[in-house]
Amino acid sequence: MDFEYSDDQSLLKDSVDRFIQNNYGFEQRRKLVATDEGYSDKNWSQFAELGWLGMPFPEQYGGFGGTPVETMIVMEAFGTGLVAEPYLPTVVLGGGAILHGGSEEQKQAILPAVAEGKLKLALAFAERQSRYNLADVETSAKKDGGSYVLNGMKGVVFGAPSADKIIVVARTSGQSRDADGISLFLVDKDAQGLRVRGYPTADGLRAGEVYLDNVKVGADALVGEEGKGLPLLEKVIDHGIAAISAEAVGAMKALNDMTLEYLKTREQFGQPIGRFQVLQHRMVDMFIAHEEAKSMAMMAAMRVDEADETERKKAMSAAKVQIGKSARYVGQQGIQLHGGIGMTDEYAAGHYFKRLTMIDRSFGDTDFHLKRFADL
Amino acid sequence: MDLRFSPEEEAFREKVRAWVREKLPQDIREKVDRGFELSCDDLRRWMKILSAEGWIATNWDKKDGGPGFTAGQKYLFEDELFLGGAPRTIHFGTRMVGPVLLAFGTEEQKRKYIPKILTSEEIWSQGYSEPGSGSDLASLKLSAVRDGDHYVVNGTKIWSSHAHCADRMFALTRTSTTGKKQEGITCLLIDLKAPGVTIRPIITIDGRHVFNQEFFDDVRVPVEDRVGEEGEGWRIAKYLLGHERSNASWISITKRTLVKTKEIAAEERVSGGRLIDDEVFRHKIADCEQELQTLELTALRTLSAAAADKPMDLGQAGLIKLRTAEVIKRVNELSMEAGAYYAQPFEPQAIRGGWNEEPVGPDYLFRMAPDYFEARAMSIAGGSNEIQKNIIAKGVLGL
Amino acid sequence: MDLRFTPEEQAFRKEVREWVAANLPRDIKEKVDRGIELTCDDFSRWMRILSERGWIATNWPKEAGGPGLNIAQKYILEEEIFLGGAPRTVHFGTRMVGPVLLRYGTEEQKKKYLPKILTSEEIWCQGYSEPGAGSDLASLKTSAVRDGDHYVVNGTKIWTSYAHCADRMFALVRTSVEPKKQDGITVLLIDLKLPGLTVRPIITIDGRHHFNQEFFDNVRVPVEDRVGEEGQGWAIAKYLLGHERSNGSGVSMIKWRATKLREMASKERADGERLENEPAFRRKIAELESDLRALELTSLRVLASASADKPIGPEASVLKFRMACMQQAVTELMMEAGAYYAHPLDREALRGQSNAEQVGPDYQFRMAPEYFQMRGTSIAGGSNEIQKNIIAKRVLGL
Ligand SMILES: Cc1cc2nc3c(=O)[nH]c(=O)nc-3n(C[C@H](O)[C@H](O)[C@H](O)COP(=O)(O)OP(=O)(O)OC[C@H]3O[C@@H](n4cnc5c(N)ncnc54)[C@H](O)[C@@H]3O)c2cc1C
Ligand SMILES: Cc1cc2nc3c(=O)[nH]c(=O)nc-3n(C[C@H](O)[C@H](O)[C@H](O)COP(=O)(O)OP(=O)(O)OC[C@H]3O[C@@H](n4cnc5c(N)ncnc54)[C@H](O)[C@@H]3O)c2cc1C
Repeated sequence: MDFEYSDDQSLLKDSVDRFIQNNYGFEQRRKLVATDEGYSDKNWSQFAELGWLGMPFPEQYGGFGGTPVETMIVMEAFGTGLVAEPYLPTVVLGGGAILHGGSEEQKQAILPAVAEGKLKLALAFAERQSRYNLADVETSAKKDGGSYVLNGMKGVVFGAPSADKIIVVARTSGQSRDADGISLFLVDKDAQGLRVRGYPTADGLRAGEVYLDNVKVGADALVGEEGKGLPLLEKVIDHGIAAISAEAVGAMKALNDMTLEYLKTREQFGQPIGRFQVLQHRMVDMFIAHEEAKSMAMMAAMRVDEADETERKKAMSAAKVQIGKSARYVGQQGIQLHGGIGMTDEYAAGHYFKRLTMIDRSFGDTDFHLKRFADL
Repeated sequence: MDLRFSPEEEAFREKVRAWVREKLPQDIREKVDRGFELSCDDLRRWMKILSAEGWIATNWDKKDGGPGFTAGQKYLFEDELFLGGAPRTIHFGTRMVGPVLLAFGTEEQKRKYIPKILTSEEIWSQGYSEPGSGSDLASLKLSAVRDGDHYVVNGTKIWSSHAHCADRMFALTRTSTTGKKQEGITCLLIDLKAPGVTIRPIITIDGRHVFNQEFFDDVRVPVEDRVGEEGEGWRIAKYLLGHERSNASWISITKRTLVKTKEIAAEERVSGGRLIDDEVFRHKIADCEQELQTLELTALRTLSAAAADKPMDLGQAGLIKLRTAEVIKRVNELSMEAGAYYAQPFEPQAIRGGWNEEPVGPDYLFRMAPDYFEARAMSIAGGSNEIQKNIIAKGVLGL
Repeated sequence: MDLRFTPEEQAFRKEVREWVAANLPRDIKEKVDRGIELTCDDFSRWMRILSERGWIATNWPKEAGGPGLNIAQKYILEEEIFLGGAPRTVHFGTRMVGPVLLRYGTEEQKKKYLPKILTSEEIWCQGYSEPGAGSDLASLKTSAVRDGDHYVVNGTKIWTSYAHCADRMFALVRTSVEPKKQDGITVLLIDLKLPGLTVRPIITIDGRHHFNQEFFDNVRVPVEDRVGEEGQGWAIAKYLLGHERSNGSGVSMIKWRATKLREMASKERADGERLENEPAFRRKIAELESDLRALELTSLRVLASASADKPIGPEASVLKFRMACMQQAVTELMMEAGAYYAHPLDREALRGQSNAEQVGPDYQFRMAPEYFQMRGTSIAGGSNEIQKNIIAKRVLGL
């Protein structure tokens, strides 16, 4: 039982922290997310150079061979800077799907390109009606000789506008919400019949609606086994949960630091507002919320590779519930303790609040995971 | 980073588990399970069994008579003890008197008191609080006036847990009223059988007898039972705080309580089904389970830091204390909710044991309302949650 | 004690309901319904329609041009207006300037300003807060120095709601530095078109334009636009607080939002069923509705115990606090209802400035933006913490 970082992990942490410090000031980020693309190619190349884009991939695919703990370290630092580059969709979700379910050819073709920063991915799993139920898939993939024809719509696909390839979750058989019959397909973004309606999200990132109108793909586009995609998808999303939990922890830390500083410097009634006991206790509760979230994010990183599927899911749900509770509290109170300035777009606190809010709306909210935790 | 315990630690866990299964007396196990009050004799019996194994002073160094557990072992030991159904012990001897004497005591004091703590022959109580001094402990008034070789003690202590079972009290007294109030406090070891001491039981809202009030009427305490110098009491108490707060054992007790709550919910019926299958109730239990898991992981983080020789994180220690209080209150509240109407019958005589009237309701009746009532104390005792927050605000956040 | 409304009151309710249905412009109703930002023109249009019906200054006495409604009627009017899907109005003219001028204003001031408030020709904003003076309002610094027939105003006001739509500002300024800082405060009515005055928009976290900051650079305000005496500003502001707090419309807004929430929960799907049938969500809606009922009854109790000569006391802080909580709770649930569809946020579309293809359901802006925006209700007009300080001190005697 050991929660300490190895020397290499400490070095990694220092390097990501330094990057955030130098490249992700609040004003820099604000300019970045206001651009059309919403992120910086220059940053992306730097991620590649520093080895972060190949972090979880084995060395034979140009990766770094990192464990989920390394991903946690990167994501936590990204949370402190509210990094806008599509790391989660490309490396954790898209890359994760190929890594955990792809064929040898797919791994060879995709992972090194991702690690080098030449290829961006997205994972299209949600649909308009699905909420957080991963089996609620209506998009269809019909076999047509040696190929498949995809029809339907995928909703709120993170990173879709920037992706070169999209991994589409579609139904090859069965009824909506059946566990069987779900398959994953690797589709070119410029495939005929595929259209992305991109848009910014409430937290300043980018996502899109992906419309599929008779999109034809070859059998080699299938990721994993036909009809057996759900366990793979669940696994990838659980990795997403571990990663986003770490990101939330970083964002909470940043918001807490900012709020604490504000309590010490903002004066009303002739004294720093941090002298008022209600605000002190509130700040302590925020501190606790962050520490508790951190404990669970660490747990998530250490258990997401767990072989026992039920244990893994239960652990990820427990983590996500805590993240949801903590993120909500820290976010809301972070605004409250700042007063009017907390409500303004020009000030950083609101942006942390919004990212934290949206993290609870990603991969299942608190209620969803509490239910999954209770049911398992 | 790695969540697993080592194979040696796992083996140790197994060993403790088997030992508890074998050694914990059946009658005590049952009382704990059903929520009966334990008698002083029950507590003493169990403490002696632990002593015989050398497992009473788990927080002491090996050279002082402790078992020499690592932080991890200590955690596993307590976890197994409580999950195995053991009661809490009256631990003031091992948790307070021992560490204090080892750090501040004279050789004679050590020789006189330590062996009997290790054998559980003598039981200690803690005499800090007074009617006028709770959170603001430094305002305490129990006066000790030097008279030759003795201090003459007058005043009262209150809320002293298990003083009615105890032989001695570790007391903070006032030897001077001039200067800063913290500086006039002195630590005395008081024999509760000395003339002039009377102990009045105080029954708590759950119907059990834990608390007491002691009155001191010209009680003569030999000077050699003073620990440290006159006026050094506050420093000694602060030294102890560190010891008391790093205590994660309540998490294990909460785990056990949750197991019980689930048992209760599996027995109780709702619309013909089991309460534990009721969607809403199940989510409430899951919620507690999740929070408890978070707490446990936070406690494990502190153990890992200790093993890596990092200094204790005050914030984490404080949060464990105050969050555990919240979670245990919630878990007990759920047991009570599970009882519905059967949370209502309440016969204080029955909870104290040795009562022969026909029982009412299920045999976990006392685990419902009384345990819920009792648990309210968790956020008051040993520094209330509000005080914990003040400490974190000041000591950790610099507010 | 009787909870029922009288037949006359019920008839009045029907009258208002039909009037709103007939007179609320379609386009405004739709914007409100969808959570799209209203333009200044939208506000002004709707306020003029209310003015024509005589229902703008519901809190004014009949002699002054108010509709002369009793408490129950006022409650019904507000409720029907909001349940009918109308927007809030920019109400500083009727809620602040009117009551103040009626009590402290000169005849000339009344003649000059009140008619245009009644017709909604002029829109007012509230200039209280400053960067350094929020909860501690009395520490405000915007200075007004007498120079002949004018005050020369310098400084800045911030968080001013709808100043960009307003013609005039009801401002608290400092005319002297006194040992007790409350004593040096004066009320000025400031024309926002005066030279030296600039208004800077501040966009809020929900992406809308609601706030502004104003900079005053030697702005010359005629002395006849001072209300009351020099140094009387604090007393006037305190007099107003009673008025502001007796505003019950919060409950109707929350009720309307609760009906929207139900609509959303019946349209959204969870595991193929309607979200409103999902046990955890259903329970949350039920909890919200029971809390809402408690708030409504408390609010009626407080309103009923108040009368013209006995304004609402510090109990109003309880209402203000609970209303903020409920506004936040209902909008949070709308966001939760959206699940992934709470993510998309096209600011141009939100502000009605985009013709791009709609993403998600047409109530999509009711999700994240409303939730973000409502975080402000526990800060504006005396934060939750300040309300609790007031209750602790004035109600509980702590
Ligand atoms: C189960 C139990 C066992 C106990 N066992 C012992 C024992 O063995 N020996 C012993 O000496 N004592 C014991 N105590 C007493 C315990 O230490 C005191 O109850 C505790 O210190 C609080 O003091 P008080 O009861 O006087 O409450 P007070 O200090 O009067 O507090 C009343 C309330 O005010 C709050 N408060 C006080 N000061 C502040 C502040 N500065 N800021 C914010 N809030 C504040 C408190 O949190 C509390 O909610 C026990 C108590 C309990 C409940
Ligand atoms: C949506 C919105 C609309 C607004 N519209 C207007 C407007 O039209 N005109 C106008 O003049 N102003 C307006 N305001 C400003 C509003 O009145 C102030 O934001 C409010 O008074 C708080 O002041 P502040 O923002 O400076 O926060 P601060 O006063 O700096 O407060 C910061 C934090 O400290 C807490 N705090 C402060 N003092 C204490 C205390 N004594 N005890 C405990 N906690 C304390 C607060 O509760 C808050 O959490 C608006 C604000 C909002 C959010």
